[in-house]
Amino acid sequence: MTSPAYDNEDLRELYRELILDHARSPRHFGKLPDATHSAEGINPLCGDKLKMYFRIDGENRISDACFEGSGCAISVASASLLTDTVIGLNTDDALKYFTALVGRLAGSRTTDHDTDTGVNLGKLRALEGVKEFPSRVKCATLAWHALKSAIHLDAQPATTE
Amino acid sequence: MSHVRLTDTRDTQADIANCRADFPALSQNINGHPIAFLDSAASSQQPAAVIETIAEYQRHDHANVHRGVYTLSHRATEAYEGARDRIAAFINAASRSEVVFSSGTTESINLVAQSFCRPMLKPGDKILLTQLEHHSNIVPWQLVCEQTGAELLVAPINQRGEVELDTLIGQLDENVKMLAIAHVSNALGTVIPLSDIIAAAHEHEVPVLVDGAQAVPHMPVDVQSLDCDFYAFSAHKMFGPTGVGILYGKEALLERMPPYQGGGDMILEVKFDGTTYNELPYKFEAGTPNISGAVGLGAAVDYLQSLGMENVSRYENELLAYLTEQLQAVDGIRLIGTAEHKASLQSFLLADIHSHDLGTILDHEGVAVRTGHHCAMPVMDFYGIPGTARASLALYNNERDIDMLIEGLAKAKEIFSL
Repeated sequence: MTSPAYDNEDLRELYRELILDHARSPRHFGKLPDATHSAEGINPLCGDKLKMYFRIDGENRISDACFEGSGCAISVASASLLTDTVIGLNTDDALKYFTALVGRLAGSRTTDHDTDTGVNLGKLRALEGVKEFPSRVKCATLAWHALKSAIHLDAQPATTE
Repeated sequence: MSHVRLTDTRDTQADIANCRADFPALSQNINGHPIAFLDSAASSQQPAAVIETIAEYQRHDHANVHRGVYTLSHRATEAYEGARDRIAAFINAASRSEVVFSSGTTESINLVAQSFCRPMLKPGDKILLTQLEHHSNIVPWQLVCEQTGAELLVAPINQRGEVELDTLIGQLDENVKMLAIAHVSNALGTVIPLSDIIAAAHEHEVPVLVDGAQAVPHMPVDVQSLDCDFYAFSAHKMFGPTGVGILYGKEALLERMPPYQGGGDMILEVKFDGTTYNELPYKFEAGTPNISGAVGLGAAVDYLQSLGMENVSRYENELLAYLTEQLQAVDGIRLIGTAEHKASLQSFLLADIHSHDLGTILDHEGVAVRTGHHCAMPVMDFYGIPGTARASLALYNNERDIDMLIEGLAKAKEIFSL
């Protein structure tokens, strides 16, 4: 029944090996007992709920990151990739990743370079498959909004709405 | 027995099976596949008869209702009030004054919470609900509880998704001022045995509001035979437009309720030292109503009556049996909602695939299902799951839609290497 014009290419792009791997075996999954910063990311439409924990030292360096909660493959993989990415960064650099990734997934950037921020997204590019699925962009950015809230010590849970 | 009867059934089935062609939205392709629309529990598609009736009204008959002495206002009033008469007959209301137009089920329930319950509730009073209610039959009651100091009481469900009747009936006492209960669960498909429950509630003089949003499109509903005090439903789940719905209420109760909103059309006489309210049902219809919406709902009722609700119910029950059987045969499936009496829908999970991922993959295959918590988070909490995928049926669905769903699930397993 499937017509060749609608093959699985965009689905395969969305659910790349790297994404499925991080969704199935999320890195840094669990609580961080000595977290200094934390924030929830809630997607009220989907019910996705992630809690991000960070330990930020006196020099604004993220020395550890963890997360827990439940969500779809995209939101869990994105949170897992986030923890891999930001550990060891200072908070300003972590926020540059936020800006670069959110800008890129929201479709406003079309170049290969991650432009203004000077950030190389590296394996976070695996999340780009969501660009063909507009309703899933917020799944990929949920954890990142929570990162921003945590760094800014926002009292309210982050949402992508 | 009845050779004749079997023949009749087959003819009716054929009528309903052919009615898909009446729905323009269902003739399109989605992502290269003929659409399999399995989300009518969220909002149903509209037949051409409804679309054309609304367009005709807008083109030729529109003016404000109940106001002008001129021809167009008269026509608009006839169309609007004619729709009310047809809806009253459809649900077998005793009188047209018991049929109030609202913006939908949600507003209907809020109206009862605020106009019927709020004036009489005091601290210690209880509103009884069940675990399987839609948020729109929970939050309006929470609001009125916050306003009055009354409390919510929740009747439990069992693992199949059935309301625990003995517990519910045991919870009825003189402190319970309202029982608010679904007719059909939007997340689980459970059909609630209302007659027994309503009779028990009335023995304790507890009035009953029924959230009928998921029942009216799928089965005959007779408010007098149910003996419910209020019955709320929405046009857009029964092949009509969005933004319009109905509150049925027993006349004696509606009479003694204060207006829900103030404005034009709900008054007889306005003076600064006091206003006299209009008679039923206009007392509850402040401001210019959704006239075209009401006209569209009237057309949807005509459409359903031309098919016959008994026939619709029989057709859908057979299709639901096919859906359930096909899903059960899928390796890794977990059905959520397996009540003995069900209507029109099935929630499920597939292995460890999150429902949103399932929804995206199914859409890619032309299959529209709802995913997530279905505005019934307490149901999801009960099962300890964040959400489900839900395939919901309407009279225009057929076995091919279900076959496409099953093929889509196979695709999902392939993508997730299961």
